Amino acid sequence: MKTRTSILALAAVAATLGGALAPTTAAFAQAKEQFFPVLVYRTGVYAPNGVPFANGYVDYLKLVNARDGGINGIKITYEECETGYATDRGVECYERLKGKGPTGATLFHPLSTGITFALTDKSFVDKIPIVTAGYGRSDSVDGQVFKWNFPLGGTYWGAADMLIQHIGKKEGGLDKLKGKKIALVYHDSPYGKEPIALLQERVKMHGFELQLLPVTHPGIEQKATWLQVRQNRPDYVFLWGWGVMNSTSIKEAVAVGYPREKMYGVWWSGAEPDVRPAGDGAKGYNSLVFMAPAGKGRVHQDILKHLHDKGLGTGSKDEIGEVLYNRGLTAAMVSVEAVKRAQTKHGKKPLKGEEVQWGLENLAIDQKLIASLGFTGFADPLSTSCVDHEGGSVARVQHWDGSKWIVGADRYVADQQIIKPMIKASAGKYAQEKKLTPRDCAKELTAGK
Amino acid sequence: MFYRENGQFKSSYREDQQLLGIRQDRWFIFALIAFAFLAVPYLASDYMFRAILIPFLIVSLAAIGLNLLVGYCGQISLGHAAFMSVGAYAAYNLVVHFPQLNFIVVLVLAGFISALIGTVFGLPSLQIKGLYLGVATLAAQFFIDWVFARVKWFTNYSPSGSVSTAQIDMLGWTVNTPVEKYLMVLAIVIVFALMAKNLVRGHIGRSWMAMRDMDVAAEVIGIRPVHAKLSAFAVSAFYAGVAGALWGFVHLGSWEPAAFSINFSLNLLFMIIIGGMGSILGSFIGAAFIVLLPITLNQVLPVMGRWVGMNFSTAFASHLEFMIFGALIIFFLVVEPLGLARLWSIGKEKLRLWPFPH
Amino acid sequence: MAAKKNGPIAALGAVLAAGLLAPLFTGSAPGFYIEVLLGGLMAGVLYSLVALGFVLIFKASGVFNFAQGAMVLFAALALARLAEWLPGWIGIPAGYPALALAFVLAAGIMVAVAWVIERVVLRPLVAQDPVALLMATLGVTFFLDGFGQTIWGSNIYAINLGISKDPTFILPSVFQGGILISKEDLVATVIATALVILLALFFQKTATGRALRAVADDHQAAQSIGIPLNRIWVIVWSVAGFVALVAGMVWGSKLGVQFSIAQLALKALPVVILGGFTSIPGAIVGGLIIGVGEKMSEVFLGPPLVKLWDLAGGGIENWFAYVLALLFLMVRPEGLFGEKHIDRV
Repeated sequence: MKTRTSILALAAVAATLGGALAPTTAAFAQAKEQFFPVLVYRTGVYAPNGVPFANGYVDYLKLVNARDGGINGIKITYEECETGYATDRGVECYERLKGKGPTGATLFHPLSTGITFALTDKSFVDKIPIVTAGYGRSDSVDGQVFKWNFPLGGTYWGAADMLIQHIGKKEGGLDKLKGKKIALVYHDSPYGKEPIALLQERVKMHGFELQLLPVTHPGIEQKATWLQVRQNRPDYVFLWGWGVMNSTSIKEAVAVGYPREKMYGVWWSGAEPDVRPAGDGAKGYNSLVFMAPAGKGRVHQDILKHLHDKGLGTGSKDEIGEVLYNRGLTAAMVSVEAVKRAQTKHGKKPLKGEEVQWGLENLAIDQKLIASLGFTGFADPLSTSCVDHEGGSVARVQHWDGSKWIVGADRYVADQQIIKPMIKASAGKYAQEKKLTPRDCAKELTAGK
Repeated sequence: MFYRENGQFKSSYREDQQLLGIRQDRWFIFALIAFAFLAVPYLASDYMFRAILIPFLIVSLAAIGLNLLVGYCGQISLGHAAFMSVGAYAAYNLVVHFPQLNFIVVLVLAGFISALIGTVFGLPSLQIKGLYLGVATLAAQFFIDWVFARVKWFTNYSPSGSVSTAQIDMLGWTVNTPVEKYLMVLAIVIVFALMAKNLVRGHIGRSWMAMRDMDVAAEVIGIRPVHAKLSAFAVSAFYAGVAGALWGFVHLGSWEPAAFSINFSLNLLFMIIIGGMGSILGSFIGAAFIVLLPITLNQVLPVMGRWVGMNFSTAFASHLEFMIFGALIIFFLVVEPLGLARLWSIGKEKLRLWPFPH
Repeated sequence: MAAKKNGPIAALGAVLAAGLLAPLFTGSAPGFYIEVLLGGLMAGVLYSLVALGFVLIFKASGVFNFAQGAMVLFAALALARLAEWLPGWIGIPAGYPALALAFVLAAGIMVAVAWVIERVVLRPLVAQDPVALLMATLGVTFFLDGFGQTIWGSNIYAINLGISKDPTFILPSVFQGGILISKEDLVATVIATALVILLALFFQKTATGRALRAVADDHQAAQSIGIPLNRIWVIVWSVAGFVALVAGMVWGSKLGVQFSIAQLALKALPVVILGGFTSIPGAIVGGLIIGVGEKMSEVFLGPPLVKLWDLAGGGIENWFAYVLALLFLMVRPEGLFGEKHIDRV
């Protein structure tokens, strides 16, 4: 019995070692394919928000293959890797997938600010772009220092600024903010801490009181946090949560009787999985929304026609058109457009990360292109450059009426006069720490790179 | 037949006390080390270094540390990742404030700081033991997590709470390619593993094992529990600290407090349970297992799914990983509580007699 | 010996009492103070529910069930999902009827889980030392986590007990604005009390309960008078599974059923340390103390510390329970109501 068990156990170990060391599916170097790694979290505490985004992203990649035959004839291949929102697993997924495909990984969407911080350093060595649309390092807008980071469409400093502007508008002017109290209930991670710097700048400018209330992962213990909110009775609460934390915040707000109309979530704290668990209690809750609000457009009809009706869709049909699903769609759309743009310079062939970086840096997505892709109303124009890796950021404020999101008409743009110096200072500090020489965009432009 | 000791006589005390007494063992270990140093850098791909070999080596160092405490001294610790984080942050602060120090010096100093903290949190072991001590170590885990997340000085006032490290400089040799990192980590791990093996064979190790087997009796015959238990905590935390510094600097490059959470601690515990408690080799085996299992599952499951005609999602692979961990722990505890290392030594025993059955 | 221990115990008690009353003297509104106190008590009730399961299993089999949290999660998932799926399967009306049937089915599932655990994990490990058993239950935790998510899914699921989530304000005349009471927490307290009474009746009045107490006292003596140990263990784990189901129902109704609940259950460890591993009243009292201590320290101790040391935020409640348990361990290792453990060589 002992011998048999020993042999079985050793066999199991050998199988494990063998399976891990076996070569990954051989990259057929001659295949005309563009490989997209997809970092997801379909398990764990952040799964409720990670799943619809991943489904939207993958659905668009499949659509490009099914409807358009690939990117100018180059088929898209992709592989999902589960990160569970954990930084070390994200790094491991990155290492595993960066070399896959005929030309390596096209670009990465880490989907976590923590993973972004870890991958930023590696991107300089591996030369693969990291697209952090609507999250990531706010200072990575500066393409001269962060050559490989692309916070397309928005950063957290921008988001916090837009919220302050909206509240200022509500109060009748930014000067009326003096003496008001704003509490920031934030996820205790790099993601949640990002807006603090900008909010402190605004405190200096307008004189309101800022209360910082961090919530530790996973974020279901918020009773004490919200008792403190009740104690201080802030005029507004900004919510910077993710995963289960969002819905818990709203539920706890209900439990302490804090009016949800005074709560404003960042665009990652304003999706259906966040408000539905609180039921009727979430009515009136506000959040930012950028790029794609909830709803269905022509691209969704295409997805239903080409994928879901043929049983090839990712995830369930009910998700289509929800906020996070649409955000995944736009993230994929922007990535594919970047590859298309890069192909105009490097030719219609599978491209390396370096070549796609040019495409990302020279994006020119205008309303016409958006309409031709079927994204009208679900994407905003993006125009990136060597110095500006954000490409323009517009957001609106939406509120939940109990069954759907109602988007306000006002469009907010972050105040660059405040943010630009902050970006410059922070990026400069990074370059100094890492002993990097920032690029000279003007020179590169004249050299025709 | 091949593994016989025929003709190998020990004629001096020195020979008798050798770590590797049997000639075949010596050849095997030297060949393995030579292979690791000379052949692997040419054979392995970048991915293998970054994702498999380097994490495996660093994590086995931490597992050795935990094994010294749990396997050899019998004190349970559910919060060892906290000591790793102490080492990592200590190394970071040393590099930030004293940039001219050699990296090896930084590692050793970080280890000492971690050992100090480990001794402090080991003090409860003088009063309590077993799973009560486990809860005390949980207190260490969560408290230390909180300290690094809250006290801004430790993260050099970084607004995001995460720290990132510059390149590692050692006497003018910049360690930045995967091969160089691998060689450096390999050298460190071999030295420390050797140290650990000798520690447990010596006077201190024996006092630890006496504490583990029957602490009251050990005290009766004159082994001071204070010395034994606190030294176990100190040495174990030293190893964990060095491993943590390596994990942060070499593997991650940039980390936040959540990188050393309780999940990491539990993973370390699983490594030594599966690998074998009370065995240095077991720490390596367990570490290899835990590092490789998720990767294997991710490679193998889609292939198996295609055979069966089902599409296994990444979520399912993740869940399966949990289930397999749990099932394996129970399996090993039931079937072979001394872990894979014991199976290895049984195998060696059989090999010494082969082809005879006994 | 007792005299030597009394000093530290009294000191710890004095420090805790001072900490408890300090906010009243440093200018906090009395109404708010009572709110935090009540909030802490209610949170403590939730912890006690999980700790009850720990205590039951430890009392009867000497095993420290690390997997209690995972069992709570698994039971809650089963309840939530079955309540969702049953109307589709057998046409029972959604809402209370589906919930009730789901409860019964989930209880059955927990009994099955208990049986499997006893067979596969406990019986082979019966002679091993407690640390090995602890690790085995750790393995069970991981397995149940993965298995539960595979079968029931990773999303957030709601358990709708029909309790209003809006707060009630009492005594608005005495305290400005009234004192905030959550109806959900009140219901949780009622359920917990009912459960404790049920368990007390079970242990005192029924033959099985008596057998369980006999096994808890002395395994060998119980065996020698003919009590079948294996069956008793299955019964104990089933009862603990039932307790986990009730805890899961209450927690799930309040927080939504999701993977993270299993981690919250780690908090129940300090609860049983405070209360004593073998005492049911201890689990309740310990839970209340931990709950109150956590909320009080977070709300009243946190902000001054943040200002004093320029910390990046509070979050004291993450470690408060454990450090409190640690202090208790140094001063009174057997807990408030536990039995003294005498070591023999």
